[in-house]
Amino acid sequence: MATVSVRNVWKEYGTQVVLENLRLEIADHEFVTIVGASGCGKTTFLRMLLGVEQPTRGEIFIDGQPLRPEPGADRGIVFQRYSLFPHLTALGNLVLGLELKRSRWLGRLFGAPRRAVIRRATEVLESVGLGAARDRYPAQLSGGMQQRLSIAQSVICEPKILLLDEPFGALDPGLTADMHKLILSLWEANRMTIFMISHDIRESFELGTRLLTFDRLRHDPQSPEAYGASVTYDLPLQRRHDRAPASMPG
Amino acid sequence: MRRLINQRPGRGERLLLGALPFLALAVLYVIASQLRLAANAGDKLLPPASAFLDTLRSYALEEDLRSGRYLLWSDTWASLRRLLSALLISSAIGLTLALAIGVVPRIRALLAPLVNAVAMIPPLAMLPILFIIVGLEETAKITLIVIGIAPCITRDLALRAAELPAEQLIKVQTLGASTWQLLLRVVLPQMWPRLIDSLRLSLGSAWLFLIAAEAIASTEGLGYRIFLVRRYLAMDVILPYVLWITVLAVSMDLALRVLRRRAFPWAEAGS
Ligand SMILES: Nc1ncnc2c1ncn2[C@@H]1O[C@H](COP(=O)(O)OP(=O)(O)O)[C@@H](O)[C@H]1O
Ligand SMILES: [Mg+2]
Repeated sequence: MATVSVRNVWKEYGTQVVLENLRLEIADHEFVTIVGASGCGKTTFLRMLLGVEQPTRGEIFIDGQPLRPEPGADRGIVFQRYSLFPHLTALGNLVLGLELKRSRWLGRLFGAPRRAVIRRATEVLESVGLGAARDRYPAQLSGGMQQRLSIAQSVICEPKILLLDEPFGALDPGLTADMHKLILSLWEANRMTIFMISHDIRESFELGTRLLTFDRLRHDPQSPEAYGASVTYDLPLQRRHDRAPASMPG
Repeated sequence: MRRLINQRPGRGERLLLGALPFLALAVLYVIASQLRLAANAGDKLLPPASAFLDTLRSYALEEDLRSGRYLLWSDTWASLRRLLSALLISSAIGLTLALAIGVVPRIRALLAPLVNAVAMIPPLAMLPILFIIVGLEETAKITLIVIGIAPCITRDLALRAAELPAEQLIKVQTLGASTWQLLLRVVLPQMWPRLIDSLRLSLGSAWLFLIAAEAIASTEGLGYRIFLVRRYLAMDVILPYVLWITVLAVSMDLALRVLRRRAFPWAEAGS
């Protein structure tokens, strides 16, 4: 369960207006895809939802509550790169989140509880097709495997909202079909609200239940910094889960 | 002919090439020594290799008449004990401070200027102060080494910790980590191999401060011995001791390198 409400949000860096007057009401379990020219503020918007950037004006609400101004377990994130922990194996990367939740001081479990989270992590690892890679370090995984692992790592912690910043942008095109299936099945199974930035307009139409395009509405050729981008199109799409694949990993 | 930069020596050739400068130095020494001895049989400056071996044998295998100890071994043990304690203490201080300084902005604001200032104090200038405050005992020598290397280790590790990709720290927060959990499970484990690198770089200065402390106030230790026999121009003792110190230092460096490779395989590839 997560609704997101963005109320008159502005973001400025010094004199540069990046985003102006964003107003959005996002329903629970929406799959929002975001497209727009490079540098128009898509990542900035995501970082505000994440809580690492604060709006200069306006406010964001999640389930009616003001957004906590720091990252938290209710909002998962998958970056384009660097979101795995290089010192942990594939399995270790998944187990970490479960251990953090259950062991406040050591961040580590032992004995039966440890075996239980390893079982759970192994299930999830297999459901994203990485069963054979469980003991490999991230540096030993291909780009596609790394992104699948990173998504699984977020999803295993059951966030209400999942944020994805061009997660498949660095992958070769042959892989994206599998990734799309994966993300849709996880979205279905976990009832998350998803925000995904994409540079692939087709992908955005295929995956989303709602497509946002970011662009500048006004332009001042004398000072291009004066106006920021905002949402230029807000298209509801046919709900994809009608056509989503049947397999749903746990 | 391929370009020089594209010609890579094989394993055997690499070993041979690496050994060559050592052999050349040894040969050079023997020649110089013989020339000097031919001119003056009583010359003490460059004693012949046989004198080294005699001294080594008596220092390593015969009890010292006065103290009843095998000097080479008791000196080595005394020095290594000081050095290793200091390395251990410096690592603990460095890691703890660096984690906090590298990751927690408030603590960085509080402590980074102090650490940077302390790192600039010439440690040898502190030596008299140490002797006055903590006396001439072991503590003073170990403290000198710690003061000499801990600030550098701290600064180095704090930089490394701050260099971790912001994405990682954000990600682990979205997995619900507290600051403490984040330090313990994400930052600290990635600092171990960095600590080893940092220790390897500090090893040279650690030996420097050890020898300096021993030279000034001590009754045993490798540095003490060298400065003791200096009065008699006993090059047949000094040179083997210097070689022995070199062997020890190089072995420690090698051991650290192997440890890093074995214990932290993930840190090898890429990064
Ligand atoms: N921390 C920052 N300080 C100053 N300017 C920034 C900062 N982060 C982003 N910007 C600027 O904001 C604009 C939008 O960036 P971004 O959100 O990354 O765009 P997108 O993800 O759409 O490509 C860019 O012009 C960028 O230079
Ligand atoms: Mg971006």
